[in-house]
Amino acid sequence: MRWIWIDKFVEFHSGQRAVAIKNVTLAEEHLHDHFPGFPVMPETLCIEAMAQTAGILVGEAKNFEEKVILAKIKKAAFFDYVKPGDTIKLEAKIESITDEAASTTGRISCDGKLVAEIDLMFSHIDKNLAGKEFPQENFVFTDTFKSLMRGAAFNS
Amino acid sequence: MAMSRDEIFGEVQEVLVDALGVDDDEVTSGATLMGDLGAESIDFLDIVFRLEKAFGIKIPREELFPAESLMNNPEFVNNGKLTEIGLGELREKMPHTDLAGFENDPDINKLGDLFTVGAIVNYVEGKLNSA
Repeated sequence: MRWIWIDKFVEFHSGQRAVAIKNVTLAEEHLHDHFPGFPVMPETLCIEAMAQTAGILVGEAKNFEEKVILAKIKKAAFFDYVKPGDTIKLEAKIESITDEAASTTGRISCDGKLVAEIDLMFSHIDKNLAGKEFPQENFVFTDTFKSLMRGAAFNS
Repeated sequence: MAMSRDEIFGEVQEVLVDALGVDDDEVTSGATLMGDLGAESIDFLDIVFRLEKAFGIKIPREELFPAESLMNNPEFVNNGKLTEIGLGELREKMPHTDLAGFENDPDINKLGDLFTVGAIVNYVEGKLNSA
């Protein structure tokens, strides 16, 4: 994980589901351009936040031994804007997980109101791509993201 | 509860429409997953997961789409074509697929054409009947 786009986990049930939150602030510079006078969180970045929430859930399920890569956005439906000052809640659930891949469903909400539904697929890349080799070290789950796990209410 | 072949086809069709973003009428029995429906490797896993859910069955990955393990084995592939041993292996692993046309020219680039909608229906039907 090279950059962190969620603020913390508030629930974590190993191998099943996780809930993270992100505080959205006008200090995020891209909001000044997206859009001038009407700042809303880009939907692509909502997907990124869900990819991190679900990706860490998937990674933890295999003790962070796999390189977990976002492979497919199965569904991304948006129902409302996310604006500066909002705290969004990201709930991710593992639907299926095998040695090679995992499939997750997720919903983003703000003050109890549904903002988006985002379903994803992740690949454990060492087990795919016909034996193609990747660097030994786990470049996905580096130390930087571990701060996120601190303070999470683990219920594994 | 036994499902008829038409019912199975209907479910498989829905799975493929959702997984690949194609239209109902593109998902014909003879349509190939890669050539006609534009499936990529990750889609095969997506399809496996969705089929498992739709039919309540377990699908070992190698069973439905066994091509990958074949292609990486020099005993099975020579000069871009499947060897006799490779073909034998394929026949054994894909009993739900009609290999007659492929056997005449077992070019591995054409392996993708073997994965048709009909082959998936056959596979699911076999799986449900043996359950």
